Amino acid sequence: MSARIVAPVLMGIFMLALWEGLVRAMEIPTYILPGPILVAKTLVSDWGTLWPALVVTLSITLQALLAAVLVGVLLALLFSLSRWIELSLFPYAIILQVTPIVAIAPLIIAWVDDVNVSLLICAWLVAFFPILSNTVLGLRSVDRNLLDLFELYGSSRWRTLVDLRLPAALPYFLGGLRISGGLALIGAVVAEFVAGSGGRESGLAYRILESGYQLKIPRMFAALVLISAAGIAIYLLLSLVSHLLLRRWHESALKEE
Amino acid sequence: MPLVRLRDVSRVFANGVQALGGASLDIEAGEFLSVLGPSGCGKSTLLRLIAGLAEPSAGTIEWPQGRPDLGFVFQEPTLMPWTTALANVALPLKLRGLARSEREARAAEALAGVGLKGFEKSYPRELSGGMKMRVSIARALVTSPKLLLMDEPFAALDEITRRRLNTDLLELWQRTHFTAVFVTHSVFESVFLSQRIVVMSARPGRVRSELAIPAPYPRSEAFGTSADYAALCRLTSAQLSEAMAA
Repeated sequence: MSARIVAPVLMGIFMLALWEGLVRAMEIPTYILPGPILVAKTLVSDWGTLWPALVVTLSITLQALLAAVLVGVLLALLFSLSRWIELSLFPYAIILQVTPIVAIAPLIIAWVDDVNVSLLICAWLVAFFPILSNTVLGLRSVDRNLLDLFELYGSSRWRTLVDLRLPAALPYFLGGLRISGGLALIGAVVAEFVAGSGGRESGLAYRILESGYQLKIPRMFAALVLISAAGIAIYLLLSLVSHLLLRRWHESALKEE
Repeated sequence: MPLVRLRDVSRVFANGVQALGGASLDIEAGEFLSVLGPSGCGKSTLLRLIAGLAEPSAGTIEWPQGRPDLGFVFQEPTLMPWTTALANVALPLKLRGLARSEREARAAEALAGVGLKGFEKSYPRELSGGMKMRVSIARALVTSPKLLLMDEPFAALDEITRRRLNTDLLELWQRTHFTAVFVTHSVFESVFLSQRIVVMSARPGRVRSELAIPAPYPRSEAFGTSADYAALCRLTSAQLSEAMAA
């Protein structure tokens, strides 16, 4: 095993041991800071509550990510087709991006009846911009000479899009997708926090709030661990997708030779 | 009757720079013509105008025998990195709507023609600089064009690779009888390759002088070391200096 794996794993074990040791040595009450062993136990014992919550949060995240991909790529294509559309819409896309989601989430939740839909909108708002801006950049980063070549052979706009612009934009899109995957999860969690009441289906953020009210701090930590794990899993999965799609040709996916 | 006739062709870029200042030139069918000139003299622009990738600001380009099929080789290999050598070569046929099986058969043949049999499934990044250039030439030739336009195609390659490609290019030209227009800034390359050299002046470019290179084909490495070759290079070099001073 390489040092790339061993070093962080050893560091992780060391930190967890330190944490557990300090909690025990200083006799910190569990409602202030539970040790990692208790958190792990809670994760197992409260699985029945936490797992459905994870499923709810993940499903909102994935739906939001899917919507972000659809809208982001479609808008990017429109922008690449028409300078006017880009000039008139892009500033608003930036405004949406820079407005803190915590600030507009209450409005969205107030306007939209269905809580799930409002959560979805919030998560989508956070997630779509990296995909949009990266894909726009990618569609524009096409080799000029290749464009000339396509023109030389009388390629239609559609063919040039499918055979040249889209493949050229793929690495950029995938870069945006990896960022958006994490953002969609953050968006979903933040929106759940703002929405507060979970209704019949409650996500992990609601479980964290609830555990906080009830001083079930170990469960709060367990939920936190799950959110982090979900974020890491999404990142790794999207990295894998990216690697599989690019490994034959793109610099970013090449091993050092 | 020439294949293409350029009369007082000039081209002014959007930023006001005049790249070409009234170039006149006839290109005969089947000849190997080099366009020689210093960098920035509008050689590439001339080629783009002939290819129809840009419009002249003034002057005319006529095709007395009708506009032929043409191939274009850029300074860089300009391959699509996301697909194989075969698919890269087949691209012009795909854009013209040929069926997959036919275009792949013809692309494989074109690859074999440039000495790359067995590299059909290779991705551009797996090929050396010289091999990528060969793929690029195969792609330009896959439509069997009557006119092949080349824009300093070997400028970025090392000396040894360039010599190999020069000899192989001549062999291809003799075998397939296309008209070759080869833009270069190398005196030695232009003398080795062509039947006729057109020397251009510095920007705004125009045709300064013309030389015939009477040496017979096939031209081998031996030609490249002969006294004739050296004399012709000296002559061409003098013309280039004159064109640059003017």
